[in-house]
Amino acid sequence: MSKWKIITRGIIKENPTFVLVLGMCPTLGTTTSAINGMGMGLATTFVLMLSNYAISLLAGLIPSKIRIPAYVVVIAIFVTVVQLLMQAYVPALYQTLGLFIPLIVVNCIVLGRAEAFASKNKPVDSFFDGLGSGLGFTLSLTVLGIVRELLGSGSFFGWKLISGDGILVFILAPGAFLVLGYLMVLFNKIKKA
Amino acid sequence: MAKESNFKNMVLTLFVICFCGSAVLGGAYLITQAPIASAQAEIINKALSGVLPAFDNNPSEEVYDMQIEGQTAKVYPALLNGAKVGIAVEVISTRGFGGPIQVLVGFFPDGTICNTALISHSETPGLGDKLDQRKSIFSLQFNGKNPKDFTLAVKKDGGQVDAITAATISSRAFCHAIDMAYKVFTEIDLQDGGQL
Repeated sequence: MSKWKIITRGIIKENPTFVLVLGMCPTLGTTTSAINGMGMGLATTFVLMLSNYAISLLAGLIPSKIRIPAYVVVIAIFVTVVQLLMQAYVPALYQTLGLFIPLIVVNCIVLGRAEAFASKNKPVDSFFDGLGSGLGFTLSLTVLGIVRELLGSGSFFGWKLISGDGILVFILAPGAFLVLGYLMVLFNKIKKA
Repeated sequence: MAKESNFKNMVLTLFVICFCGSAVLGGAYLITQAPIASAQAEIINKALSGVLPAFDNNPSEEVYDMQIEGQTAKVYPALLNGAKVGIAVEVISTRGFGGPIQVLVGFFPDGTICNTALISHSETPGLGDKLDQRKSIFSLQFNGKNPKDFTLAVKKDGGQVDAITAATISSRAFCHAIDMAYKVFTEIDLQDGGQL
């Protein structure tokens, strides 16, 4: 399979959010604004690429009975490194996303890709699989964030488009489910066409 | 493919992974330690210059602790040409809707509130997060008020504070935080014999 195909598969055919429906906790929690969704997506992408690469290298050395704990430790290491780096160099983004960064460890997408792809494929392919899935996740989260921010606070990436408050429910959890549901329908409709 | 899953292999593999992991984390911690500390100091300093009148000392270096309602409040004195021009008190109210609310309150020497800043909170986005000055004018109503003749409670509770619509609990918690900060202020004022 070509590298390009691996990447696009993660974005469209096996989009983690809209098709595989994985990682719903950060998806619903962080997408109150477009920039938060994108930040979360990019942080996850970074962890996915590195953890996929490392797990693919280690897969042959790990006894199969303890592969899950071993993967979780590897993923947790990368997440903590990302957390420390964000805290040090992008404190503003860390303030809004701080709570969700440690949750990347338990994000099913990361463990899912490790188990389903990285443990059976070559390191470089796994790296690109992480990139594809991560970009797919980023794309979904950004779109979800844009829609929720637009309806909920009437702005686009922080730019106020309409004055006033917007429809509050879209910023809260029920709005997240609503928007996610409709976007999922739309995405799958377009994908089939 | 994978190695045999016997006891020795499993223990050894997990040990090696955890050992290397700790080394990587230790390294990352050492590298990011200084930038993290300066980033946090930056946040506090920015908030301090926002809530205090102009000063020329470094309040975050002269910080000291005070006990209030069983918790520790941080006190930042501000000086200009050696004279006290105000103090900032950092308190945490545990009465928030979504969790603790950390607020920095700046006072003039006579007890009048100069400005307030929300340091951290976990209130509902779109409702309780209007405590933040960037999101709503709610917290501006405290500026220039002296708690001596301004009741720090929402109007529903017989006070003088206009609460945020649909976020009365968050508004109450914010008042509670400012009230605690004012108690700290009066205590310092007493200790200093009203010289602050």
